Amino acid sequence: MQRGRLGFRTGRSSELGPAAAKPAIRPTASATTTRSAHRIGKEPQPRPGSRRVVHRGHGPRGELVAERGGEDDEWVRAPAGRLGRAWAWAAVWAGLVASRVSRRMGLGAGSIIGGRVTLLLDPGALSGLAVGRRVVLVSGTNGKTTTSHLLAAALRTSGRVAHNVTGSNMADGAVAALAAAGDAEYAVLEVDEWHLAAVARAVQPAVVVLLNLTRDQLDRGSEVRAVAAAVGAALAGLPRTLVVANVDDPMVVWAAGNAARVCWVAAGAGWLGDTATCPRCGALLRIPGSGWSCRCGLARPEPDWWLDGDLLYTGQQVTRLALRLPGRYNVGNAAQAVAAAAAVGVPPERAAAAMGELATVAGRFAVIGHGRQELRMLLAKNPAGWAETLPVIAPERPVLIVINAREADGRDTSWLWDVPFEKLTCPVIVASGERAADLGVRLSYAGLDHHTESDPVAALTLLPPGTVDVVANYTAFHQLSRRLGPHVGSP
Amino acid sequence: MTGASTIRIGLLLPDVLGTYSDAGNAAVLAARARWRGIPAEILTIHADGTPPTGCDVYLIGGGEDTAQLVAADWLRRHRDLHHALDSSAQVLAVCAGLQILGHTMRDRAGQDHPGLGVLDLTTAPGRRRAVGEITTTCAIPGVGQLTGFENHQGISTLGTGTAPLGTVGTGTGNGTRDHTEGVLADRVIGTYLHGPVLARNPALADHLLTAITGTTLATLELPDQAALRRAYLDPHATRRRLHLRRSIPKHLSRQRLTGTPPAVPVRRPPGWLSTG
Repeated sequence: MQRGRLGFRTGRSSELGPAAAKPAIRPTASATTTRSAHRIGKEPQPRPGSRRVVHRGHGPRGELVAERGGEDDEWVRAPAGRLGRAWAWAAVWAGLVASRVSRRMGLGAGSIIGGRVTLLLDPGALSGLAVGRRVVLVSGTNGKTTTSHLLAAALRTSGRVAHNVTGSNMADGAVAALAAAGDAEYAVLEVDEWHLAAVARAVQPAVVVLLNLTRDQLDRGSEVRAVAAAVGAALAGLPRTLVVANVDDPMVVWAAGNAARVCWVAAGAGWLGDTATCPRCGALLRIPGSGWSCRCGLARPEPDWWLDGDLLYTGQQVTRLALRLPGRYNVGNAAQAVAAAAAVGVPPERAAAAMGELATVAGRFAVIGHGRQELRMLLAKNPAGWAETLPVIAPERPVLIVINAREADGRDTSWLWDVPFEKLTCPVIVASGERAADLGVRLSYAGLDHHTESDPVAALTLLPPGTVDVVANYTAFHQLSRRLGPHVGSP
Repeated sequence: MTGASTIRIGLLLPDVLGTYSDAGNAAVLAARARWRGIPAEILTIHADGTPPTGCDVYLIGGGEDTAQLVAADWLRRHRDLHHALDSSAQVLAVCAGLQILGHTMRDRAGQDHPGLGVLDLTTAPGRRRAVGEITTTCAIPGVGQLTGFENHQGISTLGTGTAPLGTVGTGTGNGTRDHTEGVLADRVIGTYLHGPVLARNPALADHLLTAITGTTLATLELPDQAALRRAYLDPHATRRRLHLRRSIPKHLSRQRLTGTPPAVPVRRPPGWLSTG
């Protein structure tokens, strides 16, 4: 059975070899298993005394997309007939053309438009493209992009990896990433929490990594508990998936409670502002010393992997995580990435070594030269992200803070008031971005003298030469990266 | 409450009712008092502590649905505090806070939960969630227009004789047919505006401080305040803000940085800020 250039794995019985006639009771992991499962609508004939279960995967409209013959079998895409296959191939090809055109015209990296065109033409494209690959989904409020980059670096030591590098984390981004990486056997996809259910159902991942669930874009989600419930419902429908979850976040533990298989990682708690009350029963959580618990029974589980400084422990094994990325939170992200990599067969030392090579992630933590200034780019888009970023900002360095409030940032800037800006000790602070005025008022009430200039590139002229820390939220970060250097972290 | 005595600001349950960052209202009140030479302290009241009953103003913020019921239970159990809210202190209640102070709150399952009965209103869920910018004309003389961000699904029906805080310009507000927003009682202000509401509307903050201190206050204007009000209240500015800018202005793309004094005049805040 061949894997086509566009990544589909399809086959007819004549291509499967001489063993195709007789289905085995315990199929091996070779490419010629699942002989009879490719016949649509026909149950494979069971041998007397044998037990056989056929697993079927369905697309978003209920159409049969793929099947596999048994527990250890691989998925085979159910061929929809010659016309259906041709149409699916054409849809992916059209998406790739659209993204190339978009890149040529300078409208961006083209990942979103390519994925959208493909999904428009073939709604089952995501399932089809994911069949036969080992897919890892990374989700959570903060750290998705960083963790997915760390994980992709680790999995690249084992084979080719499809990865939505640009951070387009909805279904169209996933389709574009899978289409662009032809026959890659691994796929690492960062997925927005609200889209996890749809993407996971289509893709049937091997592993889902849940990092944290805190408030972000409340105009979109309205309640953190609602996001956690949606994620929990998504995980309940994935019996074969391993969930790598952070034990120190009660929302994540509650959501992962529905999963059939969980690997618990003590990645550390960042910001606990959303977890004063138990997500299950609403009572106040008790947070003594090292654990948290509620009288309803929801409590911090025993971790399978835990951190002590830079050392990651599991069972008898110890791995050192020596990262070039700054911040305590990135050690936690790396711990979850190592656990996920181990679940798909990459040994922890090899994974940790590969992760240690990364110095920047999609433009974050990059240092860009701009005239006589060196700008260190940092991304922080909600209170939890800022809680992790504040310790990283150098205390005596000037800082430029850029805040937008577009759709992708969350239209309400109230979250700025949950950021303890009072802790900033920088000598020069400049407030910038489309919501520079909101930020300026917040900084004034924090007792900080600052300048206000809504255009961030003009704002740089208000800062002295030398190293400057630039902290921006989502769209502001991408806009500024594009303007400072098109090669740096542009989506 | 006269001149130099410390204003005590009671911030109620910010860990439970703090999802929409309404704890910022306390910081605004305290700062605006201190900058005028009136000492102020913020008392953060957590669920496991004994709430002080002698605060001059209590602030209750917005939160998630389950948290709202936990907070209402807690408030009902602390009768002294309930009495203080009812009789002696100024109160600013936002969103869930407003709903808790009413007579009853109905959840999405249709079950009624009792409130504190401090305000004459009842709340029931609406069909759609009201999310977005809201502007209102405030009924308090001298305050003018209010701007905020609303994010709620509750419709609050005021009892007869209860005055609203204002009438809605753009947005939803209380959700009733008369297009009113919030509630204005003798010492209690209830509103659905986040932002936080006092950060976006300094005149309302000063009204509260005047009610607490009983004195007229010196004018206070932050450097970015006027730009903020213009951005939210001027309809043309709103349209400009929503318009996606696609090109870099030419004079900036060719700008060369020489390291000499900047060509753009440096804006500095007024001197009194550094003594605050």
